[in-house]
Amino acid sequence: MEEIVRDTIIGEQEEYVINMGPQHPSTHGVLRLVVSLKGEIVKNVQPHVGYIHRGIEKMCETITYPQIIHLTDRMDYFSANINNEAVALCVEKALEVEIPDRIKVIRTIVSELTRIQSHQLFWASFGMDLGGLTCFFYGLRDREKILDIFEETTGGRMINSYNCPGGLMYDIHPNFQKRTREFIKYFRKVLPEYDSILTGNVIFRERTAGIGHLSLQDAISFGITGPTGRASGFSCDIRKHEPYSAYDRVKFNEVLYNEGDTYHRYLARVEEMRESMNIIDQLIDNIPEGPFAVKMKPVIKLPEGEYFQRVETARGELDVFIISDGNKNPYRIKFRSPNFVNLGVLNHVSRDFKIADLVAISGSLDLVIPDIDR
Amino acid sequence: MDKKQLGDFVKSLEPNAEVKEGKQYAEITIPPSGLHSLAKKLRESEEALFDYLISITGVDYGKELGATYHLNSTIHGHIIVIKVKTPDRENPVLDSVTDIWASAEFLEREVYDLLGIRFNNHPDLRRLFLDSSWGYPLRKDYVDDINIVTK
Amino acid sequence: MGIKGMKKEEFRDNETLELLRESGTNVLLTTIDDVINWGRKNSLWPLTFATSCCGIEMMATGAPRHDFARFGMEVYRASPRQADVIVVAGTIVNKMAPVLKRLYDQMSEPKYVVAMGACAISGGPFFLNSYSVIKGVEHVIPVDVYVPGCPPRPEALLYGMLQLQRLIETESIKSRKRRNETHNSK
Repeated sequence: MEEIVRDTIIGEQEEYVINMGPQHPSTHGVLRLVVSLKGEIVKNVQPHVGYIHRGIEKMCETITYPQIIHLTDRMDYFSANINNEAVALCVEKALEVEIPDRIKVIRTIVSELTRIQSHQLFWASFGMDLGGLTCFFYGLRDREKILDIFEETTGGRMINSYNCPGGLMYDIHPNFQKRTREFIKYFRKVLPEYDSILTGNVIFRERTAGIGHLSLQDAISFGITGPTGRASGFSCDIRKHEPYSAYDRVKFNEVLYNEGDTYHRYLARVEEMRESMNIIDQLIDNIPEGPFAVKMKPVIKLPEGEYFQRVETARGELDVFIISDGNKNPYRIKFRSPNFVNLGVLNHVSRDFKIADLVAISGSLDLVIPDIDR
Repeated sequence: MDKKQLGDFVKSLEPNAEVKEGKQYAEITIPPSGLHSLAKKLRESEEALFDYLISITGVDYGKELGATYHLNSTIHGHIIVIKVKTPDRENPVLDSVTDIWASAEFLEREVYDLLGIRFNNHPDLRRLFLDSSWGYPLRKDYVDDINIVTK
Repeated sequence: MGIKGMKKEEFRDNETLELLRESGTNVLLTTIDDVINWGRKNSLWPLTFATSCCGIEMMATGAPRHDFARFGMEVYRASPRQADVIVVAGTIVNKMAPVLKRLYDQMSEPKYVVAMGACAISGGPFFLNSYSVIKGVEHVIPVDVYVPGCPPRPEALLYGMLQLQRLIETESIKSRKRRNETHNSK
């Protein structure tokens, strides 16, 4: 009798396939994961993407270069300013335009504020995924302060097409420096409070320490950049290796850990928030005077050739590759987005963990799905 | 190694490669048959050590289809660009480099999905964003009268 | 400042709604209608459905600064069987449209749809020259309220939800006439 009962329990001996998404609270967007389980242990994860594929690369072949800025905002919307900066820098490099210092410094400050804002949202949603709803409210409350600064200067909270080929769209608001300094002072006081909620929490440690280990060789072979890769020891920060804008005149540390598990991927982002605040501190008091935009021709045509620009967004390395044949529209534009490449490692990293750990791992990879699908 | 030295080094590995010095990086064009062996040598040789595949871009050149590989070495810090082209538009085939760099799995699937280039020895070549009955949108002769406005 | 300070009478900027409201039925049914509508409008439970950037502004509307829990909408249900309203926030693509239709069909009556953001209203910035974007969610499911913006500010979304509440106030259990009752969605 007991043998009969035992053999009919499904899921223990065979593999059992379930479907998470595309509409699911924990997949951070429309990602569909087809998970094969044996009991509760994950054997294989297949991501299915394409539920938000809008065809941005094909659309860009029919519009002009300043118009591409508005579409790149909507790819990885948490690093909207950094995406705009990538396209602007690529076009300026192709046209060999000299950018004055004021623009470089303001671009750097705005990019670092964007990075802090993105990591705040990571902290909020990671805590919420693991069950701690308090983190959601605290994180989003403080993120609103940065969005206020953006709204005063650029006009938009999250989607602000601020960098454009040739400089900036508008000059900074007179209140920009004062409000940024106040925000940094406030946030430095509040960040230890965030640490004490999650970092020292024993439930959080148990759920994240040792889960989803990614070794250094795998990180380089899979091409994982950003805080995810740096937590495994891969030194891939473009701000250090190929500095652009004003990053060559500020001192900051690249946050590297060796362990490569979920807990250190989380710690890497919290440390990066501190480093970003250090960068802003060094720049905010001496913004040089000058124009906020260089005069460009009304119709921008790039000379024939191929141009490649790498920047560091909040999630990894974004590359813009433009092939131009001399017209006012690009012949081919390609965005190598960090989230698309980071997704490739999800299967490898979550083998033989439980399904609840899969939620923690995919939360720590910090994926933004419209960036995958473009 | 800088652009010139990289160009000479690749020429010594693969004699029928065309080396061109672009504005930023050294650009190498090779025929499709030499792709896999050159990629393996670039990954393993001591002077080059290209262990990080940055991106694979599929391009439609008008008469030919091709792919552009950007490679980086984390130890030496140099970047090289490799281009392959195939004149066959009906059934374009290239060799896959998934066994050398693991990030190629998803990057090559994207090129297959949007341009139609198949890759030999790919572990799992399926369409990624679109479903199986869609055409290949990024080709220049993709026709869609309803959605795309051509001037 | 904002919606907090407006009196209810000053909110009347929609003539059709006022007309529907004033052409009532007999007294008993009107009172029952009022009670049922009051209950329904003050506890709308949304479905978690966010595809792209507008989803983040929807999350920011639930955040402490612009709180929509004070309007009764904070309970987000993950399952469509338990939800009242679906706020379509984000672009809808050809591959996602059957999923959206299936979710909408699984919701039980009375159900409402709010199209949030330019992409859900008409395709938004991706209207021209995109081969896979559906130009407006109206082609898939019938919509009650449109909230424009790219992305709309949280205050704009709150205004849209309050308009939805006013729409619910004008309903009647005798003849639930919805604006787009004859919509055949395929």
